[in-house]
Amino acid sequence: MKCLEAKNLDISYGKKQIVFGFNFKLEECQIGCFLGPSGCGKTTVLRSIAGFEQPSKGEIILNGKKLNGFKTYITPEKRNIGMVFQEISLFPHLSVEDNIQFGMRSWSREKRKKRTHELLELIGMSRFGKKYPHQLSGGQQQRIALARAMAPKPSLLLMDEPFSSLDAELREQLAREIRLILKQENISGLLVTHDQNEAFAMGDDICVINQGRVQQTDSAYNLYHNPKNRFVAEFIGEGSILSGIVVSNDTIETDLGKIKGVLPESLNKMANVEVLIRPENVVLSDMKEIQAVVKARYFRGSGFLYNLKTVTGHEIFSLITGQDKLSLDQVVGLRLKIEKPIVFNPSSGTLN
Amino acid sequence: MKSFTSRLWKISIILTAFVFSIPILTILSSFIEPSGENWEHLKDSVLTEYIYNSLLLTSGVGVGALVLGVSTAWLTTMCKFPGKKLFVWLLLLPMAMPAYIVAYTYTGMFDYAGPVQTAIRSWTGWGLSDYYFPQIRSLGGAIAMLSLVLYPYVYLLARTAFLQQSVGVIEVSRSLNCSPWQSFYWVGLPLARPAIAAGLSLALMETLADYGTVAYFGLKVFTTGIFRTWFGLGDYSAASRMAAMLLLFVFILIIIERVSRNKAKFHNTSGNLAHYSEYSLKGFKAYGAFSTCAIPLFLGFFLPATQLLAWALETWREMMDDRFFEIARNSIVLGFSAALISVIVALFLGYGKRILPEKMMIISVRTASIGYALPGTVIAVGVIIPFAWFDKKIDSLMNSYFGISSGLILSGTIFAVIFAYVVRFLAVSLQTVESGLEKIKPSMDDAARSLGYRPREALMKVHIPLLKSSSLTALMIVFVDVMKELPATLILRPFDFNTLAVRTFELASDERLADSSTSALAIVLAGLLPVIYLSQTISKTRLK
Repeated sequence: MKCLEAKNLDISYGKKQIVFGFNFKLEECQIGCFLGPSGCGKTTVLRSIAGFEQPSKGEIILNGKKLNGFKTYITPEKRNIGMVFQEISLFPHLSVEDNIQFGMRSWSREKRKKRTHELLELIGMSRFGKKYPHQLSGGQQQRIALARAMAPKPSLLLMDEPFSSLDAELREQLAREIRLILKQENISGLLVTHDQNEAFAMGDDICVINQGRVQQTDSAYNLYHNPKNRFVAEFIGEGSILSGIVVSNDTIETDLGKIKGVLPESLNKMANVEVLIRPENVVLSDMKEIQAVVKARYFRGSGFLYNLKTVTGHEIFSLITGQDKLSLDQVVGLRLKIEKPIVFNPSSGTLN
Repeated sequence: MKSFTSRLWKISIILTAFVFSIPILTILSSFIEPSGENWEHLKDSVLTEYIYNSLLLTSGVGVGALVLGVSTAWLTTMCKFPGKKLFVWLLLLPMAMPAYIVAYTYTGMFDYAGPVQTAIRSWTGWGLSDYYFPQIRSLGGAIAMLSLVLYPYVYLLARTAFLQQSVGVIEVSRSLNCSPWQSFYWVGLPLARPAIAAGLSLALMETLADYGTVAYFGLKVFTTGIFRTWFGLGDYSAASRMAAMLLLFVFILIIIERVSRNKAKFHNTSGNLAHYSEYSLKGFKAYGAFSTCAIPLFLGFFLPATQLLAWALETWREMMDDRFFEIARNSIVLGFSAALISVIVALFLGYGKRILPEKMMIISVRTASIGYALPGTVIAVGVIIPFAWFDKKIDSLMNSYFGISSGLILSGTIFAVIFAYVVRFLAVSLQTVESGLEKIKPSMDDAARSLGYRPREALMKVHIPLLKSSSLTALMIVFVDVMKELPATLILRPFDFNTLAVRTFELASDERLADSSTSALAIVLAGLLPVIYLSQTISKTRLK
């Protein structure tokens, strides 16, 4: 069953339109994620779901109930949507317990107490109930903010860059923890972030947004291996784009040689195309089809990611597993190994 | 719907801000009016003297406040010596003393007929012209009095700046072979300079605003000049022109203060606020540090307070009559109503700025809050001119339509007095309230609403508890400032209406210094309230 559905949202600030025809669906008990560069409109969409912004067009439906639409507007406090904010917004005048109980005022005293203890246990902070926000570290404060938002059992939990004020190390750990907590509590969640590692650690479905428009909504695997357009291809993971010409129904001629593979049938012969080259598509070769110089080397645990410059002047990335490493300025022979090339139309940037 | 309410907000805020800007706009507009005969005469005769004396007074107080403020701030931040922990907050005490009251006590003690000179004469048998004794009632005396009570402004801001300098910069300078004195001179002082300048300009604004001291000493400066022109010559337009000139001086100080505060933000290297390892002073150095702090404290507070107490013990039986309680009640009622109004207006303007942070709003709120820099004399003139105009218009309207005279509606009433107080002290409440509002991040409103609270409930549960303490602080500071206020009350008060400050001033002017001490003491006691509060916050920042 669907938990949340946003249909054709347009959102403007004053005269400036920020979000264009935004569509998104979230299944119950799933965690969705809005991923995009800063200023892309992802937070605006999130705030309109919470009710802090009003879309000028389109509908937002939560569990079959219309929150927004033609002549309908349900105020934030009546939506039963929890939210965790980018700047940790605990109430400084209330203790941790009182912060968590803030949203449960209609509950009985007993139930409130029980829920608070349950949540404090869940986030591993049982001993901190009587403390005040300023006595806690940033990570602890954000856990409390999460507990506070989850306390009234919202039908949906929104998180607006909740980790951005935390250390890089803490971020992914907390993202994984929160994912487990949400799954345990059976709460659907929606995360906004600009960091793909966070998105991958947390989201089931990731919606990539750019310039106020949805680019692609998919699993992390598909975003990486089957990007729908050039923006997604470049935004997710490393990769480079190579121009070429289709010479037959299974071959593209590029500056770095021929790429053979299964091509979409719609491609015309002699069409100009752009091919996505992922680091794992570039492998060492004794035949030296491509000659390149090692420009930079990054350790990636299972191997090294290299930044290489070819004789033809192209910059490409290559991921080479194993313990052997190439040295800087070394000249190496490479070849492209692509089974199913991802091919974009050079003018529109979309799939061919 | 939404745009309608926001427009309503905007209009009412700009209107409110405008109402409280009327006095300053009135004064400024006197520049464009043609000058009268009196003005030409004043310009030729005494104006240069006013300017000269005012400049001398401000530069003298500048040097005095700077020396006292910076040296005590540095010693109490960086050094360890006997009594240091007490000095940190005791040094604020002179703030509780209005300069004019200190002036009365010093005159009483050190004048020709005072106990000190009498004692000298009786011991030595000298006569009137046999010895030299510095004249208290002089420009030099005024400089000393004002420096003694105004140095805490410099002390307070300089100390905060010294505390906020990260440990790093001082330690780096020490590791680069600077002695403690050199690192103070080359690193500590330059980094704190913007804060010191800001504190100093506040002290100098107070100096330019002072009326009680200079009037009592009979000095010819701007504030006394405005009074003379107003009451002596009865020339309102010349008085307001003079007020406008005084305003120019104040504007220079405002600009210095604003620019320095911005720089101070930049100079605040922050980050690591861990505590300095203090220099432990021993022997004569410790005595030196102790006296550097003890002398301004003794001269600025304990000595005058003791004199006041001594006088009050003699005279309180006669002075605490029904009249005294009536006057005290006047002061308290005035102070409380002005404080309440200015906090309400400050909350209104502060929220307006928060909800609609547009340029127009910010400018109008700023103009309305400029009053704090304005001398009470200037504000009084700026209030009475438009009020009298308004009364006259209404009166002639009533006369021509109904044949009755409405008399004075605004001018010469309590209303005018309270209005002037709010104009003068709005900035104080606004600043305090705004700093409280800053702590409530917009996401806290959102958090409350996403947890099921309607906007009004969020206001009750989140804003009010968080704003309570800063509003109470604002209330207290304005209350005490009103208690001390003298020149605006003198000009604007209704006939036969007295406050503690006015009564103190009148008795002292009649050379009944001992009799004035009871009401003076009441003012000083009230003045201690915000100082105690400040001393608490200052020790809080120390713990950081």
